[in-house]
Amino acid sequence: MAAVLIRPMASLRHTRRGRLRLLVMQVLMLSLFLTLFARLWYLQVFTGEEYQAKAAEQSVRDVVVQPVRGLIVDAMGRSLVTNRTSWVVSIDRTVLNKLDDHDRKALLRKVARTVKEPYDEVTARLLLCGTEKAVSGTCWNGSPFQPIPVAEDVPQVIAVQISEQPEEFPGVIARAETVRSYPSPFGINAAGIIGYLSPVTGDELEEAERTEDQSLNGASVVGRAGLEKSYDRWLRGVPGATKVAVDSMGRVLGDTASVAAQPGATLVTSIDAKVQSVVEKQLHTTIVNARKTFDPVTRRNYVADSGAVVVMDARTGGVIAMASQPTYDPEVWVGGITTKELTAITSEESGLPLVSRATQGQFAPGSTWKPLMTIGALNNGYSTDTRLNCSGGLQVGNRWFKNYQSASYGSIDFAKALELSCDTFFYRIGLNYWNKFGSDPEDVKAKDPLITVAKQFGFGRKTGLDIPGEADGRIADRAWKLSYWNAMKAKYCKIDAQNTTGKRDFLHVYAREFCLEGNRYRATDAVNYSIGQGDTTVTPIQLARAYAALSNGGTLYAPRIAKAVVSPDGTLIKKIKPVVQGKVKSTAAAMKYVDDALLGTAKTGTLAWKFGGFPLDEVPIRGKTGTAEVYGKQSTSWIATYTEDYVVVMMLTQAGTGSGTSGPAVRAIWESLYGITGEEVDRDRAAIPGVTPPKKLPQFFDDGSIMPPPGVGR
Amino acid sequence: MTLLAPARARELGVDRSRMDWVLVLATGAILVIGTLLVWSSTSTNEALTGGNETAYLRKQLVNIVIGLCLGVGVLLTDRRWVRIMAPVVYAGSVVGLLLVLAIGTTINGSRSWLMIGGLSVQPAEFAKLAVVVGMALLVAERLESSRRRTLGTLEVVLMLVIAGVPAVLILLQPDLGTMLVLTATIVGVLAAAGTPRRWLVALAAAGFATAVVVVTTGVLKAYQVNRFMAFTNPDLDPRGAGYNTTQARIAIGNGGLFGQGLFDGSQTRSGFVPEQHTDFVFTVAGEELGLVGAGILITLFAVLLWRALLIARQADDTFGRIAAAGIACWFGFQTFQNIGMCLGIMPVTGVPLPLVSYGGSSMFASLMAIGLLLNIQLRSTTRVAKRLPSPRLLGDR
Repeated sequence: MAAVLIRPMASLRHTRRGRLRLLVMQVLMLSLFLTLFARLWYLQVFTGEEYQAKAAEQSVRDVVVQPVRGLIVDAMGRSLVTNRTSWVVSIDRTVLNKLDDHDRKALLRKVARTVKEPYDEVTARLLLCGTEKAVSGTCWNGSPFQPIPVAEDVPQVIAVQISEQPEEFPGVIARAETVRSYPSPFGINAAGIIGYLSPVTGDELEEAERTEDQSLNGASVVGRAGLEKSYDRWLRGVPGATKVAVDSMGRVLGDTASVAAQPGATLVTSIDAKVQSVVEKQLHTTIVNARKTFDPVTRRNYVADSGAVVVMDARTGGVIAMASQPTYDPEVWVGGITTKELTAITSEESGLPLVSRATQGQFAPGSTWKPLMTIGALNNGYSTDTRLNCSGGLQVGNRWFKNYQSASYGSIDFAKALELSCDTFFYRIGLNYWNKFGSDPEDVKAKDPLITVAKQFGFGRKTGLDIPGEADGRIADRAWKLSYWNAMKAKYCKIDAQNTTGKRDFLHVYAREFCLEGNRYRATDAVNYSIGQGDTTVTPIQLARAYAALSNGGTLYAPRIAKAVVSPDGTLIKKIKPVVQGKVKSTAAAMKYVDDALLGTAKTGTLAWKFGGFPLDEVPIRGKTGTAEVYGKQSTSWIATYTEDYVVVMMLTQAGTGSGTSGPAVRAIWESLYGITGEEVDRDRAAIPGVTPPKKLPQFFDDGSIMPPPGVGR
Repeated sequence: MTLLAPARARELGVDRSRMDWVLVLATGAILVIGTLLVWSSTSTNEALTGGNETAYLRKQLVNIVIGLCLGVGVLLTDRRWVRIMAPVVYAGSVVGLLLVLAIGTTINGSRSWLMIGGLSVQPAEFAKLAVVVGMALLVAERLESSRRRTLGTLEVVLMLVIAGVPAVLILLQPDLGTMLVLTATIVGVLAAAGTPRRWLVALAAAGFATAVVVVTTGVLKAYQVNRFMAFTNPDLDPRGAGYNTTQARIAIGNGGLFGQGLFDGSQTRSGFVPEQHTDFVFTVAGEELGLVGAGILITLFAVLLWRALLIARQADDTFGRIAAAGIACWFGFQTFQNIGMCLGIMPVTGVPLPLVSYGGSSMFASLMAIGLLLNIQLRSTTRVAKRLPSPRLLGDR
C-alpha cells in the first residue's frame, strides 16, 4: 500500500518539467489553430470574390469510359477474338463552338493534316445525326457533349503530339481505346462464326433508354452478326463514367470522380481452332482445284463460286468447325468500315462474302437426301428385305426419269441402292407413296411419309443455331407448292398472256404450265423429291445436324457454337447446354440398317475411290455423296459423312460430283480429326487430342492467361 | 454517462459529476456537424452512392455508433485493464500493418487497406493510438518500478523502438500523411514524457537531416516531390494534387462569410473536389457553412484539444499524462494537417479529419482516444482535489 500512496506524489513532483512542456504544447496548438482561422478568413473574405468567380466559370462534364469487350475463345482456350489498343483522336464540339469561324476551320484543317484524313471527312464526322447535311453512317450518333472521334488507329506518335500541345489543339483529345483484334490461331479466318461490330444506331439507343439498359451509349459498338451479335449482351460489358471538371473554354482541369467500366464476359465456344484451320484450308484448296478442273457436262472449268464445311459433334450438336467461302477479313469492320470496303464485301462480284454459306446458303441436297428417305420408307411399309429394280430409267407421266448415267443394276435392296446411289430405286418409292396417298394433285393434306421424315430430321426450318441470320431451307411439299403458286401466278400468267406470238422457249413453256397448274403436286414432283432434287433446299448446317441424328440414334439437336459464358475473372456465369429439338420417329432397327448401309459408301460405294488405304476398320466412316442439278448452272457437290463422334458435311456450288470434287478434302479432315497418317491411327495426335471434344471448359487463371481444359494438352 | 447505472458507476470508481462534459459536448457537436458534411458531400454523388442519397449518411451513422460503443468501452475500462490492454492494442496494430503490406488493397497509390469480409480496415489509424498508449505505458512502467524521475538513454531508445516499428511499416505503404501525423505525435509524447532536451534537439536535427537527404538524393521520385509541393504551386502536379488543392481552395473561397447553405454548395453539388467526403470534407464546411460555420468547427476542435491538454496536466499518473498529451498532439497535428491541406497551406496527403471524415477506422480510433481521455480524467484525483477537498485525495481506494 505504501507504494500506492507515494506514487502519485512522486509523479506529481517529477512532472513539473512535463507540465511546462504541456503549456508549450498548448501555446503551439493555439497558434496552429489561429493560423488555420486566419487562412480561412483570407480565402473566404479577403480573396473570396476571386474564388467565387472561378467557381462560376467551371463546370463538370461526364465522359463515358467504354468497357473492354469480352473475349471469344475456342474449346481449348485459344483466343479467337481479343482486343487491342487503338489511338483515337476526338474533338470536343463545345470547345469548337466557342471558336470563331476562322479559328474553327483552321483548327479542323490542322487536325485533318495531323491525323492524315481528308478535311471533309473530319467535318462530316463532327455533324450530329439528324441535323442538316448529316450523312448517315458518318455522322455522330452519340451525345453532343461527348468528344466526337474523327480518326481511329492513329499512330501513337501523332496521338502524343496532340496530347502534349493542348494550346495548339484546343478541344482535341487523343486517347487509347480498345478495338477488336483477331489473333487467328493456326491462321484461321472464322469470319462467319465470329461476326462483326458496328456503331450503335439511334433506334437501339432509344430502345436502351426505354428499357433502362445501362450497357449502351452513343459511342458503343454493337454485335451485328455471328457470335458477336447473339452473345452481345454478355460480351458487351457495362460502360463506366468519369466526371471531369472543365473550365469555361472546355479545357479539362482534372477528373473529379469515376466509375470504372465493367469488362464484358468471355465466351467459350465449342470451336476447335486447329480443326477450323484444317477445314478452312481444305475448303480453299478444293475450290482452287475445282476451278482448274474441266466439267464435261458444261464443257468449261468448274466455277466453284462458293462452298461450306461443317464439322459437328455428333453427340451434342456442338459446332467444332464451320467455314464458308467466299469469306472476308473481319478486320475491315474494326474502327468503322469505309464505304469502299463495304461495297467490296457487299457487291455481287465479290460473291457476297457476308452470306455465310454454311448457315445461309440453300441448295438442293441431291443424293445426300436418300438415307433420310430410306428411314422414312423403312418405317412406312418397306422392309430391309425389300428389293426394287434399279433400272436405267423410269417413265413417270409424260416424262422419262433417267438413272445417273442411265446405269442399270437390276433388283437390289436399300443398302445397295444407297451404296450405288440408285435414283430409279428411290423414284419407285416416291411414286408408290404418291399413287397410294396423294394421287389427287390438288389435295394439300395428302399423307406423304417422305415429307414427314424430312420434317422429323429438321428440314424446312431454322436449326436454332446460336448465331443469327440462318436460312430456313425448304421442303417443297404440297402446301409449299400451293402458296408459291398463289404468290407467283400473277407474274407467270402475265408472261403467258403477253406471249401472243406463241413462243416455245423454256420461260414461256414454264410460264404457261405454272399459270395453269402450278399448284398441282404431281407424281413428277414426288419423284424429284425422293432423290433430293427439285425445289427442296437445305443448308449445310441442317444437313449436318440431320446426319448427327443418324449417328446418335435419332436425336435432333439445335446446334450450338457457344459452350459457356465466363466472367473476366474466370468464374463460370452460365453453361450453355446442348438443346434437344426433337427425336426422329423411327425404329432402332431402321436406324441401324441405314447406319450399316452407309458404311458401304466409303468402302465400296461412291466415295471408295477417294478413300483407298484409309483405315476404315478403325475409323468406320459412314457417308453419302450427292450431286444436285441446278438449272442453268453447274451441279452442286455434296458429301455428308459421320462417325460416332463427328459429322463432316462439305458443299460446293458449281463444282461437279461430291466425291470427285470434295472427296480428298473430306478425307483430309477426317484424318486430322482422328490423327491418321497413312493407315496409322494415333488418337493422341488428333487435332483434338484423344479425338472427342473436351467436356470441361478451359482453365482461366488470375493473371488473365487461359489454358486448355484440365487433362488436355494443346 | 447515462448508459451507466449509478450503482455500477460507483463500483467502477466513476463519478458522473467528474465527467468532462465540455469535452463530451465538443465531441458530440463535431460528430453532428461532421455527419451532416459527409451526407451533404455524398448525397448527389451517384457514382459513389449508386443513387441512394442517404447511403453514406447511414454508413457513417453506423461507424459512429460502433465508435461510440468502443469509446464507452474504453471509458469504462479499469485503469489496470487499460494498461494490460495497451500492449495488445499495440501488437494488434503492428500485425495489422504487416498484413496490409502482405495482402493489403491498394487505393490511390498506397497499400493501406485491409479487406476483412467486405469491410475495409486501415490499420494505420489504429497505429497512432497504439503508439501513444505503447510509449506512455513503457515510460510509466519504467519510472514507476525504478522510482526514477527522469528518463535515461535506455528509456528514450525503447520509446523510439516502440514508435519506430509502426512508423517504418507505414512508411513502406507508403502513407506520407499518416507518417507526418505520427511523427508529430511521437515528438509530443517524447516531450510530455520528459525526454531530456538534448535528446529532443538531437532528434529534431536528425529528422531535418533525413528530410534533406530524402529530397536531395532522389529517394523520393521527382513526381512524389512535386505532388508533395503542389500546394505551393498547383502546376507542379496539375492533374493530381495540384487539381485537388486548387478545387479545395475554390470550394472554400466560394463559401464566403456565411456559406451557401448546407446542401446548397454549387462546387460540392457538382463534385469538383475529389475525395470530398473523406480527406477533403472540410471543404464542404468551407463552401456550405462559410467562415462562420467552418470557424465554429475549427473552434470546436480547439476546445477539444484544450480539454485534452488540460486532462494531461491534471492527470495524476505518468501513463495518463503522457497518453493524454500524445492524443492531443495526434488530434492537433492531424486536424491542422487536414484543414491546412484543404486551405492550401499544407501538402496534399491522405489524412482524415478526426471525427468528421467518412470512414470506420479513423472514427473508431478517434472515439477510442476520446474514451481514453475521459477515462484518464475520470480517474484523476487532482481535479477533484481542487474543487472539493476530500479524504480520498491520498488514495483510500
